[in-house]
Amino acid sequence: MISIIDYGMGNVKSVYNAFEILGAEIEIIDDPKKLDDSEAIILPGVGAFKDGIRNLEKMGFINKLKEQVIDKKKPYLGICLGLEFLANKSFEGGETEGFGWIKGQIEKIDTGDNKLKIPHMGWDDTIIKKNTTLFKDMKNPVFYYLHSFFLKVEKTETDYVESICEYGKTKIISSIHKENIYAVQFHPEKSQESGLKLINNFLELIKQ
Amino acid sequence: MLKKRLIPNIILNEGNVVQSVNFKHTNVIGNAITAVDFFNSWAIDEIIVLDVSRTRKEREKFHKIIRGLSKRCFVPLTVGGWISDIDEMKLFLKEGADKICINTEAVKNNLLIKESSEFFGSQCIVVSIDVKKNVNQEYEVFINRGKDKTGLEPIEWAKKVEKLGAGEILLTSIDQEGTKQGYDLKLLKEITDNVGIPVISFGGVGKWEHFADGINVGNADAVSAANIFHYTEHSTFNAKKFLFESKLNVRMQEFYKLPTPRKPKYDEFF
Repeated sequence: MISIIDYGMGNVKSVYNAFEILGAEIEIIDDPKKLDDSEAIILPGVGAFKDGIRNLEKMGFINKLKEQVIDKKKPYLGICLGLEFLANKSFEGGETEGFGWIKGQIEKIDTGDNKLKIPHMGWDDTIIKKNTTLFKDMKNPVFYYLHSFFLKVEKTETDYVESICEYGKTKIISSIHKENIYAVQFHPEKSQESGLKLINNFLELIKQ
Repeated sequence: MLKKRLIPNIILNEGNVVQSVNFKHTNVIGNAITAVDFFNSWAIDEIIVLDVSRTRKEREKFHKIIRGLSKRCFVPLTVGGWISDIDEMKLFLKEGADKICINTEAVKNNLLIKESSEFFGSQCIVVSIDVKKNVNQEYEVFINRGKDKTGLEPIEWAKKVEKLGAGEILLTSIDQEGTKQGYDLKLLKEITDNVGIPVISFGGVGKWEHFADGINVGNADAVSAANIFHYTEHSTFNAKKFLFESKLNVRMQEFYKLPTPRKPKYDEFF
């Protein structure tokens, strides 16, 4: 069973729907104990970093996630906030500590051009840096983005960056992969065929 | 670079997809689930569903439809019509909507724009503005499905909704709607020149060139239509192809081999 964590941030149902239509065995959970039996963990989420971390903490997910993803090496797919949480810290609404699984921090997008709007919302080109399992059979797909902050990684982590999206003068890391940890800034569940393909690639890689 | 969006607008009257001409809703075209399923398998970027029923009598049917179609909608879904409070917005979002569209109630109670955009984030709130030329041949904002005049001047109202926190504007010309004569480009340009938030243009598309005009001349961030998609074969695909070949910055659909069931079970919903 694949578990989607519902911690009160955004629409987990649409993520569920996308996995379900691809035939995955999937459940929405709000009890950390359930992660013991999961074969893979999905952490979606739209909203403020601070609220998200606070909710995860309150519900008892922070330590459980570390145990399941870092110690037990279960496949993890972070979507949007689920990517941002990987960093050491975020500067959204004051400084907040993240999981620290990827060395880096979350900063506000600087478009360097007043005409570009924040949030970065809509369909945008995604430049694949490394063709790995998550982007199998895909060239330069277009995904649906919705965010105001982005992940900036330290030099030691640049090899883990799998794709970027250019918005104004900001190079947004749009996906990252380190061992069993996968994460995307965009919303595959709202990116039609390209998004379903990416989710299907994730399903195939966890079967292996 | 962010893509210009193509958005079918599904207009529902008491649960049926209807044709709309100058805001009169007569011909029943079909059901929403088949429409979404069809649009969803082609290159559309978003879907708007509006309830234009005359009363709230069949409201539960509308909710049921939203619940049903969100299961098969893998692009952002905007829901509108008869929405007047945060509670029903919450319910729609829970049922699978991504954005909420408000109109009449936003005019009657400006604070709703502020409260809802603060609660859900600006990106979630689309304010729909319906414009008609009044007896003096001046543009005026109308509400209640185009029935009631408001005395509001469209540019001033558009600026105000932006200031109150709206994330997007859905701009409709009631005079053009259903005429197949194209968008009111003058009106569209006036609005896009005066606000910083994305504007979705709606009302009047009769051929694919009208979409291109909306983007090139009217400077719209997204172009929308209703009737033409229902009455034209391979409509969304051909519309997208036309825009792409016109060198506009749009997304072309990619096709992959996926283990998805192509046909939904319609009985679940009706």
